[in-house]
Amino acid sequence: MYSEKVIDHFTNPRNVGEIEEANGVGQVGNAKCGDIMRISLVVEENIIKDIKFKTFGCGAAVATSSMVTEMVKGKSLEDALNITNSTVAEALGGLPEAKMHCSNLAADAVHVAIKDYLAKKSKV
Amino acid sequence: MRRIYLDHSATTPVDPQVAELMMKYYVEFYGNPSSVHLYGREVRKALDEARTQVATLIGADQAEITFTSGGTEADNIAIQGAAKSRAKKGKHLITSAIEHHAVLDTCKYLAKNGYDLTILPVDEEGLVSVDELKKAIRPDTILVSIMHANNEVGSIQPIEEIGKITKELDILFHVDAVQSLGKCPIDVKAMNIDLLTISSHKIYGPKGVGALYIRKGVRISPLMFGGAQERKIRSGTENAPGIIGFGKACELSGQRMKSEIPYLTGLRDKLIDGIMSRIDNVKLNGPRGQKRLSNNVNVSINFIEGESLLLSLDMIGVAASSGSACTSGSLDPSHVLLAMGMSHEVAHGSLRLSLGKQNTDEDIEFVLEELPKIVDRLRVMSPLYNKTSC
Ligand SMILES: Cc1ncc(COP(=O)(O)O)c(C=O)c1O
Ligand code: FES
Repeated sequence: MYSEKVIDHFTNPRNVGEIEEANGVGQVGNAKCGDIMRISLVVEENIIKDIKFKTFGCGAAVATSSMVTEMVKGKSLEDALNITNSTVAEALGGLPEAKMHCSNLAADAVHVAIKDYLAKKSKV
Repeated sequence: MRRIYLDHSATTPVDPQVAELMMKYYVEFYGNPSSVHLYGREVRKALDEARTQVATLIGADQAEITFTSGGTEADNIAIQGAAKSRAKKGKHLITSAIEHHAVLDTCKYLAKNGYDLTILPVDEEGLVSVDELKKAIRPDTILVSIMHANNEVGSIQPIEEIGKITKELDILFHVDAVQSLGKCPIDVKAMNIDLLTISSHKIYGPKGVGALYIRKGVRISPLMFGGAQERKIRSGTENAPGIIGFGKACELSGQRMKSEIPYLTGLRDKLIDGIMSRIDNVKLNGPRGQKRLSNNVNVSINFIEGESLLLSLDMIGVAASSGSACTSGSLDPSHVLLAMGMSHEVAHGSLRLSLGKQNTDEDIEFVLEELPKIVDRLRVMSPLYNKTSC
């Protein structure tokens, strides 16, 4: 039911973990099935220098988390904010219909982490 | 790759002896059992034999067996049929919160159509309380439907005690014994059961065949009308190869039972003890010992999610199942685990391993070797793990 890319990202997830010196953190919960994803990132001069994720969820949730970190690493905040759940799902070669909601989690968590960074920055 | 099937509660392989017998009734003895000629008569004779084989396994008379298209249909005929035929006497039904959807949803359908329904709670081990049942009974109660063994957590319900109560009060007692057939002794007479559902594909018989035991003297209304087969309870040309296969599977199951129950219980306890000692933060779901189905293991592994667990197991050739919301089409966690008081989060990490006669000690050892590695890998990824561990 999952594409080869999904299985690849599930089996060998990229950027797993937490960055202690992160300057942006985002955690979102999935209202639909109760899963959780947390993104921590390091932004320097408007560029995402480093990013890591932790996910409690199904295979699709893990794969989209892994994929989204790869997609935004090294990108500008604007580019990262333009990434949507459907671009992540597309990059994975598609997701089963019942699993489309899981990809919301990944893009959302990245966006929340970026907003967290921006909010902290504006306070300083 | 090594392949280990640990999902026997979902379905089992057909025994080669059963398949061989069935084949004959597809290509050689293909008559319609209702026909007068020899082609029909030879199939009728085989059907009668199958009926006796099925009846023998549950302590019934062959005239008390009605063949159906499976457990789901038998549950539906029993509950809807009893509700209809007894509607004049009362309209109150009692069931439990951990029934299979074939029972639960049928009862809920009736509750939307003029019947009253009480759904009994269960304790944290997944057991129905006889006292709660007694309290729920009303003068207009016409049917109690409680499963024998639960398909998810393997809890075995106090059927004999319930049967005494319903008999005394002249309330019909339906039991879904799909999971316990062949794994627990069943005696419909001693247990005072009026209606009993069984299914072939859980006992190494073909899929799409089952039976409803209807105690002599109990009248229930049919759901389908037609050629008046199966004493008008279940019209439609009989699935002769399937029924004959089911009969054979029952006979074989009866022969194996005495050795199979202790064998499976041994593997079960080895698996449970191994998981509990090798993985931290894990909880056994369902009772231990005698009150647990011989082939059922169900654990909740904290901080990880069931589907990713199943996927990881599948990659090393191990087939299992989970009550996680992510594995269900509806995205709701298992109603059984929730009824046992489990939080959504803990239900998420549930893993069911259901054993069968082909499983070996080596299978168990392989799982005990590999499962902790998978759990570690998934926990490293889990945002819930670090928070609570130090
Ligand atoms: C307890 C229980 N009842 C009923 C059924 C349905 O049986 P069938 O698949 O033959 O329709 C099952 C099978 O999953 C079951 O486990
Ligand atoms: S995270 Fe629950 S279905 Fe994907």
